[in-house]
Order: sequence, then C-alpha cells, then structure tokens
Amino acid sequence: MKRSLLIIAIIALYLLHQDFWFWRAAAPIVFGFLPIGLFYHLCYTLVISALMWALVRHAWPSHLEDEDKEAHTD
Amino acid sequence: MIPALFVFAYLAIVIYIGVFAFRRKVGEHPAEDYFLANRSLGQFVFLLSLFGTNMTAFAILGSSGHAFSNGIVTYPLMASSSALVVPLSLFLIGTRVWAMGKRYGFITPVQMFRDRWECSHIGTVITVVQAAMLVPYIIIGVMGGGTALYAISGGRIPFWIGGAVVAMVVMTYVFFGGMRGTAWVNSFQTTLFLLFGAIALVVIGVGMGGFGNAVNELLASPSTSSLLTREKVSPLFFLSYTFIPLSSINFPHMIIFCLTAERMRHFKKTVILYPICMLAIWLPAVFLGVAANRATEVPTIRAKLEARQTLASQGAALSPEERGELRAKSAGDDILLRLLDHYAPLWLAGLLGAGIMAAVMASDSQILALSTMFSEDIFAFYGGKERFGERAQVVTGRVFVIALTVIAYAIALKFPQPIFDLAVQYAFSGYSAMMPLLVAALFWKRSTKWGALASALWAAASVIAVAVFQSVVTTPKVVWSIGGVEALARTPAGTAVFGLLPVAPMVIISSLLMIVVSLATKRPSEKAISRYF
Repeated sequence: MKRSLLIIAIIALYLLHQDFWFWRAAAPIVFGFLPIGLFYHLCYTLVISALMWALVRHAWPSHLEDEDKEAHTD
Repeated sequence: MIPALFVFAYLAIVIYIGVFAFRRKVGEHPAEDYFLANRSLGQFVFLLSLFGTNMTAFAILGSSGHAFSNGIVTYPLMASSSALVVPLSLFLIGTRVWAMGKRYGFITPVQMFRDRWECSHIGTVITVVQAAMLVPYIIIGVMGGGTALYAISGGRIPFWIGGAVVAMVVMTYVFFGGMRGTAWVNSFQTTLFLLFGAIALVVIGVGMGGFGNAVNELLASPSTSSLLTREKVSPLFFLSYTFIPLSSINFPHMIIFCLTAERMRHFKKTVILYPICMLAIWLPAVFLGVAANRATEVPTIRAKLEARQTLASQGAALSPEERGELRAKSAGDDILLRLLDHYAPLWLAGLLGAGIMAAVMASDSQILALSTMFSEDIFAFYGGKERFGERAQVVTGRVFVIALTVIAYAIALKFPQPIFDLAVQYAFSGYSAMMPLLVAALFWKRSTKWGALASALWAAASVIAVAVFQSVVTTPKVVWSIGGVEALARTPAGTAVFGLLPVAPMVIISSLLMIVVSLATKRPSEKAISRYF
C-alpha cells in the first residue's frame, strides 16, 4: 500500500513538472522579484526533496542494507 | 591580473588537497584503492563529490547563458527535471550497483554487465561506446580552462597557456590522488559552487539596485517580457527534455562514483539533499542570466543585446555568415563573468573567478573514469592483471591519465570548440539511450547480452545519425512529414522528431530493442541470474 502510494506520488510529480498552466504567465511576481513560473519550480524542487525523504524512509531497499550491515560486522 | 592570482592560489590549494591532503597507505588492493578510494567515502564527501562530479561548467556558465537568451525556462527545463530524475535513479539504480559492486568486487559497470549476462567481447563493445561519448567532455574541460583563465586575467594569459595549466593541475591530482584525491577536490569545488552562487546573487543584486526593479522592467518591455515565461519553447520540446537527465546515472564516472561509498546508507542523504543542491546552484545562475537582460549599463552586455536585436529585426535579410557572427556576439556563455567584472569588487571577482574555475575543472572524474575503464575492462580483462600484477594495472591506469590529458590538450588546441559542444550535446542523448542496460541488468531476469548489445549499438548509431543529419541539413526546415504531421525537422536548435527532441525516440527504441532482442535470444544461465535476483 505504502509502496503503491509512493509510485503514484512519483508519477504525479513527473506530471506536475509539465506545468502548462503557467506557460505564458509571468505574473504574479512573488516576493516582488520571482516570476510565478520560477517560483512554482522552486517549490517543486523542495517537494521533490520531501518525496525523496519519504522514499528513503518508507521504501529503502533494506535487503541490500542487510548485506551492508553483515559486511561491517564481519 | 589580481583575479588571476586568486585563481592560481586556488589551483595550488586544489593540488594540495588532491595530492597530499588525504593520502593513505596503499593496502592489499591497490587497484580498488586508486580507482575507488577503497570504497571508503564518508557520507558528506560522497554527497558533495557525487554532486560535483555531475556538475560541469554548464551548470554555472552555460545555464546563465541559456537563461540570458531563453529566460526562466532554463530552470525547469534543465534543473528541476534533473532534481527529480537523478536522485530517483541514485535511489533505484545507484544503491543496487553499490551492493553488487560490494558483493562481487566490481569497479566498472561493464564488469557487472559481463558477469550478469555472461559476455566478454560484447562488454568490450559497450566500453568502447561509453568511452567514445565521454572523450568530448574531457576536451571541452581543457578548452573551458583555457577560456576561463583568458577571461579572468583580462586576456593576459593566452588560451594555450591557460588550457595547459588547468590540464596539468587536473592531471597531477588525478595521477597521484586517484579517486580519493578527485573526490576531495570535487567536495571542495562543490562547496565553492554553493558559496559562489549565493555571493554572486547578493553582489550583483545590490549592484543592479535590486532585482525587483530589473524584473519589473523586463515585464514592462514587450521585447523582454517573454523571458519571464516559457513561451520560447514548445510543451513537446519541454516534455522530451525530461529524457535527458536519464543520461546522468549512465555516465561511467557517475556509476563508478556510486561504488565509492563506504556504506549504502550514505546514499540516503545524497538522495534527499541532491534536489536542494540543484536549487542552490541553478536558481541563482538562471535568475542572474535573466536579470542580465536589464544590465544595459554594462557595455559588453549592451553589445550582446544590440546584436540580438539586429538579428531579430534584420535576420532574414542577412547572409548566413553575418547571422552566425551576430549569434556569436549575442551568446551569453560569459554573461556571469561580465556581470562580475562590472558589479563585484576586484578581490571578490578573484574569489568568484576561483569558483568559476571549479566549475570548468569538472573533467577530473571523467579522466579517472576512462582510465578505470581502460585498465579494468580492457587491460585486466584481457590478461594484463594476471600477467603483470595489480600494481602494474594501477601504473597502466596512471599512464593512461597522462596520455589522455596530453591528447585532449593537443586536440583542444587544434579544433574549434563548437564541434565538441555539439558532440557533448549528442552524448547526453546517447547515454540516455543506454539506460535500458542498467535497468535490465538489475531488474529484468530475462534480459540477455544480445539485448544489451542491440541497445548499445542503437545508442551509438542514433547519435551518429543525428550528428550527420544536422551537419547535412544546416538550415531549419521540415525534411519528412506524414499526413501533414512533421515527422522529422531540422530546427534552429537541432533536430525534432514528431516535435520531440531525438532523445525521446532514442530511449524508447533502445528499450524496445532490449526487450525484443532479449526475448528472441537465449537467457543467461540460472547460476548467473541467481547472483542478482
């Protein structure tokens, strides 16, 4: 279930990259200097980082990690 | 000349770090020690050096130049798509390659392919394809060094001396320091990139009287307001560009770097923080490139804007030579240097110049990767290690580093840069088209060596085909249409296939070849498969 949600989140994030809704819009200018398209992708990049955190937390390939641990306890 | 002195001080620090600072006694596996830093990199060095390895001069200089001409689209086009695809591929593929490398002692990706698919000469073909696409980067690195030192010294250091100095410095620390020296130098350089972006943004912003004014002026003018939107590219072009970051994990230097982490958990911070590092470097670089369109008080930038305006208003009436000349004049690759020249105090321009040198010296890990591939996939595989021993293998790798640097320098002096810029442009697509190899090796039991060969040959053939097409058809036009739909067109920026960049069909066809050819040929033995699944 958790894994499916993460896969859906990755696909959704890929689709959200194609933000055609801000294609021809410069305004509003956020904080007085950031065009909305650039501000959107700034936020988008931060959301990617959050998704990566979720992947690491909930879908880490622990079977490979086990091997790593074994190698360090030998 | 003062900025050039800062740069020389920086180069001295780089040599010290690369050669002396983190030397360790060589253990019983000199090859693993030299080529992989004995798989012992800690998590922050791993993050910073892996990120630095993936950032070329383009990340700072090229991105500002692209944004100067094309606007804010540069960030979503090149940075935020990579911020998603690169950490995701590190998470899915990098961790598995690391685990297989640790388990079976692989040093290069081709060693893994040979083991996984029970092949020998097919592995050699893959090595050759990978190496051929990597060489232009090394030449570009030497050229970048020469050009940057020439610009930073105000023309006092000629291109040939600048190129030689940078090539010598890189060669020295790669030769002596191997992967450990390269990784520490890359970490130092990444730290400089990060500082550089922030300082440059503040200094230039203050110098321009605040970015708010610049953006409002850009918005108010009909000739520049489109720079604050994505009007300059089509949605299909934008969509197909997301295939380009697939190349990242397929670059030999990136995948080899994945093997250097001491623990698999070191990938965790890298995966999470990679997007933040992209943001920290690319956002200031892109924003400054766009804002430079209002820096009309800088004479060199004003000249670029005038050339662009002439091109737009009289382009059709001009000869191809005149258009080419105006395009070169309006190009923005040096835009950041021009902004710093004008707005930063001399001492700060020197420090920032060192940051720019850090960006153009990214060829170190590529030289090391080629040396690693030669000594492992060719020298050791064809009996050199067995016959002459592991120490001779390391010596071979080091000699290869010298030979490669000398050849790259000689080529850089003889041929014009645009040839290699184009080669690099094609190579990104070529490495993306090799993605099915890693994915199939790690996730698809039924994949075979013949499928891998078909994918690799397709990647090479399609890169050559696009290069030939663009050199034969030089003016923008539709070459082939089906039922009114443009199937193949030459565009001002390159080639379009059904409106997409060639990389999209290249990756799709490569994946299909891997599937179809694998299904049609004999699978590897159960013993080989069981080592991976």
